[in-house]
Amino acid sequence: MIELVVEKSLKGVTGNYQLDVDLHLAAGEVVALFGASGAGKSTLLRMLAGLISPSRGYIKVDNVLWFDSAKQICLPPQKRQVGMVFQDYSLFPHLNVRDNLRFALVDKKDLKAVDAMLVLTGLENLQDRFPASLSGGQRQRVALARAMLRRPRVLLLDEPLSALDHAMRTQLQDEILALHRRFETTIILVSHDLAEVFKMAQRVCYLENGKIREDGSPLKVFSPQHLLGRWQVHAEVLAIVPLDMLWSVALLIGNQITRIVASTDEVQGLNPGDKVLLFQQAFHPMLIKIP
Amino acid sequence: MAFDWGPLFLTFKLAAMVTVILWVIGIPLAYWLAHSRVRWKTLVETLVSMPLVLPPSVLGFYLLLTFSPNSWFGSTLQRHLGIQLAFSFSGLVVASVIFSLPFMVHPIQAGFQSLPLALQEAAYVLGKSRRETLLRVQLPNIKPSLLSGTVLAFAHTIGEFGVVLMIGGDLPGTTRVASIAIFNEVEALNYSAANLYAMVLFGISFTILLTVYVLNKKLLGTL
Repeated sequence: MIELVVEKSLKGVTGNYQLDVDLHLAAGEVVALFGASGAGKSTLLRMLAGLISPSRGYIKVDNVLWFDSAKQICLPPQKRQVGMVFQDYSLFPHLNVRDNLRFALVDKKDLKAVDAMLVLTGLENLQDRFPASLSGGQRQRVALARAMLRRPRVLLLDEPLSALDHAMRTQLQDEILALHRRFETTIILVSHDLAEVFKMAQRVCYLENGKIREDGSPLKVFSPQHLLGRWQVHAEVLAIVPLDMLWSVALLIGNQITRIVASTDEVQGLNPGDKVLLFQQAFHPMLIKIP
Repeated sequence: MAFDWGPLFLTFKLAAMVTVILWVIGIPLAYWLAHSRVRWKTLVETLVSMPLVLPPSVLGFYLLLTFSPNSWFGSTLQRHLGIQLAFSFSGLVVASVIFSLPFMVHPIQAGFQSLPLALQEAAYVLGKSRRETLLRVQLPNIKPSLLSGTVLAFAHTIGEFGVVLMIGGDLPGTTRVASIAIFNEVEALNYSAANLYAMVLFGISFTILLTVYVLNKKLLGTL
């Protein structure tokens, strides 16, 4: 059980805004934080890890106070027992894979745990390699293994897969889920990728300007209520080309590109790069822009 | 007259001691300068860098005044600890430490600043203290900077002349280092002896720097 009730004023790209979040997580839950960059997602993770202090509020994990502004409690990151996977992996460049994992050991002699984790994450054959000679996916796997060795109460993943190609992403998503099932760790995942959120998380918190705007299952948060029950897919707009009185819109759905015909009303305010919801009405495909 | 190896021996003894002392002082100081956000840090930074621009004679002059048994500092040291800094080898060590400080601190500070903050944070989150993070993560990752700081400080101390002359005088066996011996021999028109001192200094300095550049390439290759 994690309670995160925090406030802090933050500097964003468009000026100052107030981070004001009240989030309760059940043990073993996988929660995705979703939202535009600068919405405060990474800041929340860093507050949990103890790398930033909120100006007001409290953080309570398994009934232990990690932070309380009223009681002036603030555990340093060293005492919080979290696992964190950074965006740029942050492996130690001077240590090989094995020693990177050993670094995380709480009990320095527990080398069996390192061996077990190397096997579990398929890194046995890479254990003597240095981070500089690993691919992005392999580095990410090392970072994940290292974080898990700490036996964290909560695993914080800050856009862990954003730098990887599609195939590697899918594979690592499966591996994270496998680790989750095995250790039943609570996971908080920051992600920009809808497909990833749907696949990984049972719950998504949609952050906007430092506030949780919506909170619920991915299906509930990302699908407008009036469309429930209809056939619908998420897509990204690639191009909008005029077609006599209508428009041809090229869409990226998953890995595939498709073209549909849309009316002038539908393409109003749409730009390449926008996320849209594609659904069907009277046998005709329709588009709605989603934030 | 037989050639006197004393000044050369003294020079390297001085340089070695100064380098070791500078590790102890310089690494924590560089760490603090790289990470602290207090306002008067700039003042400390300026003071550390002063020997770079100050004529050695100026620094030597003020240090001599400070170390003199007539001054408050000098007399206190002498009375309570029995240490005389003016015209003594320990005085040379203290003066050279101050004079070579920026050569040790600057490369190491730059090294610390070039490390991504996330490395430090990753170590903290993995439960490691500041001290452990410094020893096991930060220092091993700035080996090239540590090496340049060490070598620059060592080489700079070998080449020291002005400060050493002001503070140490020219006492054979105590404060007559090689650079001063060269000056003496030239003044006495004893060019062959001067040449021998000079050649040894040249040769050793060249070898040290060459080794460092070769080592540095290797170090960078493994990182």
